Amino acid sequence: MTELFMGLWSSYGFPLLIILFKIMALVLPLIICVAYLTYFERKVIGYMQLRLGPNTVGPFGLFQPFADAIKLMHKEIILPTAASSFIFIMAPILTFTLSLVAWAVIPVGAGLVISNVNVGVLYLFAISSLGVYGIIMAGWASNSKYAFLGALRSAAQMISYEVSIGVVIACVLLCVGSLNLTDVVMAQKKIWFVIPLMPMFVVFIISILAETNRAPFDLPEAEAELVAGYNVEYSSMTFALFFLGEYANMILMSALTTILFLGGWLPPFQCSFFSMIPGVVWFAAKVAFVLFIFLWVRATFPRYRYDQLMRLGWKVFLPLTLLWLVITATVIKLTGWTASMSTGVLS
Amino acid sequence: MDALLIEYLPILIFLGVAISLSIAMVGIAYFRSTSAPSDIKLSAYECGFAAFDDTRFKFDVRFYLVAILFIIFDLEIAFLFPWAISFHKIGWFGYTSMMLFLGILTVGFIYEWKKGALEWE
Repeated sequence: MTELFMGLWSSYGFPLLIILFKIMALVLPLIICVAYLTYFERKVIGYMQLRLGPNTVGPFGLFQPFADAIKLMHKEIILPTAASSFIFIMAPILTFTLSLVAWAVIPVGAGLVISNVNVGVLYLFAISSLGVYGIIMAGWASNSKYAFLGALRSAAQMISYEVSIGVVIACVLLCVGSLNLTDVVMAQKKIWFVIPLMPMFVVFIISILAETNRAPFDLPEAEAELVAGYNVEYSSMTFALFFLGEYANMILMSALTTILFLGGWLPPFQCSFFSMIPGVVWFAAKVAFVLFIFLWVRATFPRYRYDQLMRLGWKVFLPLTLLWLVITATVIKLTGWTASMSTGVLS
Repeated sequence: MDALLIEYLPILIFLGVAISLSIAMVGIAYFRSTSAPSDIKLSAYECGFAAFDDTRFKFDVRFYLVAILFIIFDLEIAFLFPWAISFHKIGWFGYTSMMLFLGILTVGFIYEWKKGALEWE
């Protein structure tokens, strides 16, 4: 009996425990990062607008995220009478779950990945597409005009920019020849893709701003006209889950940018001093840099008009990315440039 | 078990952890908070006015059109991905066939543009 138990333990129980431990080691820092991203945002925008930002709770206001979390936890959960209660509750849960689950394939360092699947890019693309459902569900189930309009706008915007994101990713894949995210990073050992694919990097950054509904593309939430859009009816933790989901998505998209264009966990130069710093630190630094761009843009640019937003997505980015895809393919075909580079990785 | 499936097991467990975490967060708030509902509080928010009519109203067909356009181009991307992966193996034949496909797609795109499907007013 004990033998059977020990056998089960070593073949199933222990590996499961390891997987659970890995997941916890990723999720807990991630949630703390999300909490501190809200603090970081308020602080950065505060200084950009010559204010101090949060500075009362703890030293430099460092405990502000925890104070916010505890406050939100004790607020009343409001279920509007007109709302479809099940979908209404499911929407924030779905949004937050999806923003976490996508992290399963993100390599934060050499070999530091929960599941190194061969279709990593496709998986991420699929999960980020599903994000629309959370918002549509919230907007429809709220049965409120503001929420509904916000959700419609958000869905149209997200799917419009997903097209250009897809073509940009295809450009990167042309240079890599694999959907595995670790391979994508290793293919950038000689040169980060941000240099040969500079225009695509810019398009990608702008598209992820639109994809995560951030300023200057935050029309779904336009405070002045839609009073926060799809989450207007939400309160307490259900609201907090949308909020956390949005910020977790920002970090996810920054991580994706880092992996696709900024060489993931690789140091900028292959010298001994840079190689001494662990890959995770490089990865975190690059993600923080992209996140800073998010906040910087928010503090700098006024909101787009909806027709301008759609025009940019369909009439500028789509032709531009398609054109660049053709150029990339032609250059690779004519020079055999990446073929020689990635053979060592893919062999 | 199949080695391929083993690779996806962590994702499945991750999904379970993520779902339980989100449910737990809503659950904590549900049990910790006090609830004092009233008719006005539970009605749909319209800047302090009573709602004029139901929200399930007709909306602009533009949004529908965007969804249709999205399906066309997303299918194209689904087609681009495997092509990009095997780009080094398929040679000039693969290159020209995709360029032909993109050419046909561009003709359709120009047609859409001229028809005004991309205008938003």
